[in-house]
Amino acid sequence: MRYRLRTSMVVLVMLLVALGAVAEQAPPAKPASPAPPASAVPSKPAPKRPAPPKAWTPTRTPWGDPDLQGVWNDATSTPLQRPSARAGKDVLSDEEANEFQQELAFDLTRDRRDGGPEVDVNRAYNDHWMDARRLKITADRRTSLIVDPADGRIPPLVPLSPERQKARAARADANARFNAGMPYSPEEMSLPVRCIIRTDSPPYLPTIYNNDFQIFQSPGFVVIAPEMIHSARIIPLDGRPHLGKNLRQWLGDTRGRFDGGTLVIETTNFRTDDGVVFQGANPATYRITERLTRVAPDTISYEFTVEDPTTWTRPWTALIPWTRIDPAEQMYEYACHEDNFDIVHLLSGARTREKNGEGKR
Amino acid sequence: MRDLTRRVKILCTPARVPRWGPRFCTPARVRRWGARLGVASAIIVVGLTVATAAGRQTSPARPFPAYKAPRLADGHPDLNGLWQAFVTANIDLDDHEAQSGPHPELLGAYGGWPAGQSIVEGGEIPYQQSALARRKQNLENRMKVDVSDDKKWHDLGDPEFKCYMPGVPRATYMPFPFQIVQGSSPYILIAYEFTSATRTIRMNWKGDAPTDSWMGWSRGRWDGDTLVVDVTGQREETWFDRAGNYHSDALHVVERYTPVSPYHLMYEATIEDPKVFTRPWKIGFPLYRRMEKNVQPLEFKCVPWTEELLFGRFRKTP
Repeated sequence: MRYRLRTSMVVLVMLLVALGAVAEQAPPAKPASPAPPASAVPSKPAPKRPAPPKAWTPTRTPWGDPDLQGVWNDATSTPLQRPSARAGKDVLSDEEANEFQQELAFDLTRDRRDGGPEVDVNRAYNDHWMDARRLKITADRRTSLIVDPADGRIPPLVPLSPERQKARAARADANARFNAGMPYSPEEMSLPVRCIIRTDSPPYLPTIYNNDFQIFQSPGFVVIAPEMIHSARIIPLDGRPHLGKNLRQWLGDTRGRFDGGTLVIETTNFRTDDGVVFQGANPATYRITERLTRVAPDTISYEFTVEDPTTWTRPWTALIPWTRIDPAEQMYEYACHEDNFDIVHLLSGARTREKNGEGKR
Repeated sequence: MRDLTRRVKILCTPARVPRWGPRFCTPARVRRWGARLGVASAIIVVGLTVATAAGRQTSPARPFPAYKAPRLADGHPDLNGLWQAFVTANIDLDDHEAQSGPHPELLGAYGGWPAGQSIVEGGEIPYQQSALARRKQNLENRMKVDVSDDKKWHDLGDPEFKCYMPGVPRATYMPFPFQIVQGSSPYILIAYEFTSATRTIRMNWKGDAPTDSWMGWSRGRWDGDTLVVDVTGQREETWFDRAGNYHSDALHVVERYTPVSPYHLMYEATIEDPKVFTRPWKIGFPLYRRMEKNVQPLEFKCVPWTEELLFGRFRKTP
């Protein structure tokens, strides 16, 4: 039961997130001005960031690496992109922050009594599984997780090749069928619904639940184990080369190094399947760098920069604080495919609807 | 000893003396040879006993010389590394002959499964009489699936066939490597290549499994140089092998990982399940360190390969 509930909710949320991202990013039919060439963009932007917390000397492992071990949680209500109502305001005052948080929580919470019985019950459905931490904005009172560009928004898209436009349209069609309860096949559903990858694919973004990451370290390795779906990202620190270019993976291939107190990780070798690379970027030109810094005993600053000159007009960076959870609160196994009742319900439901003559265009 | 002296004396009865020769049959020689044969036979008896026991047991017949593993800062042995079993127990824990595997008309020799010797101590899994029918049924149905009814979702098919997390100890002897990540926290991670399964070993942890899970609830402690892991809370749907060997929700596994060389861990698991077996039983085999330059665990995400099998009947037909 539990698995089915979880799956249904993730289905909905992932889909909404995916659709939202696609919708927000749709390239303008006629760009007002030509996009600047990627080479004109400084590769190392200096984004405006909140003041760093008070100096704290990070603890080290017995073998001398900065110690990141523990279970961390990245839930927040702060949106990836700055809402238009907060345009021009990257950090809020205490009072503004309070108001912002309440607004966001009102939209996100499912514990409401203002929609009539049916709506309220639907909303309350599965509230038990949701992460209460998702209702709070980041402690640094920012209005977007994106810190660069300065407007807190994903940069405009460059015009996509006809093939990629076609692929995006096909994806949008499949999503529309899914939302209408008429999916054709398992393969056309999203990777999270199919239980192939979920929030374990970098970059890590907060979602409604299971926002935990357990970090393990051993001499020469850092391992990040995201709760969803039970995979371990084993990051060698010994400077070895990446896998050969013909060996691609769903979660890519990760290498890391410590730069002072910061773990810098680069991931390459992503598979080319639809949905593998973040926001439908082009696997051939996409680059992602993540930086993890323990800035306080209970906080890791997680920052990612993505760039793809064939997708976005410039690189962009987001900063998401990870909070250490009470060690008594453990991270448990998240199974998915093993009890993916939903995929059968969705497909068999669609076939039944077809038989009943529903969904005809 | 005295017996053997008497036997040597029998060889020296007057009737036989001509054959053995008078020089051998002096009283001093009879005594000396009796003693020598006594020692030799004692050695042979002990040797045979050990060899028989070793043959019966699964522990490696070839013992390792004494070994003290390198330590981590906490003084415990360092088990970090990429490890892999090279037994074929995932096909069958018991003795099994080489076989074609499914659909040789399609797969030819590609689909063949190798022979292998039992890894079960004593050679036989002590099933309760009433539990044997289910094993047979599992074997017959290992490649059948039916997920049209949530309530019968797990009734048919080997979980490996469906790309489900394999549970413990099966994950250890599947033909895939796994990485042990042991640092300075109270948690040791084992990350398996097969379907990206992972499990956390909580060291000296008191609390019981909060609920059943596919990879179970692992609590560890050190017994000298051996990492002992107590595994409970496993989902009852996992199997031990493709031959249909199985357990119930009462499964309790105690694993022992002992470093015996820089390149080997001895693995032993005691399996207890009062609903299925008459007594606890053991399996054992060595784990080998993967030594290739830059070797790393890769992905074996098999879910997409099961979609037609599991869900194909629900796809839209033109």
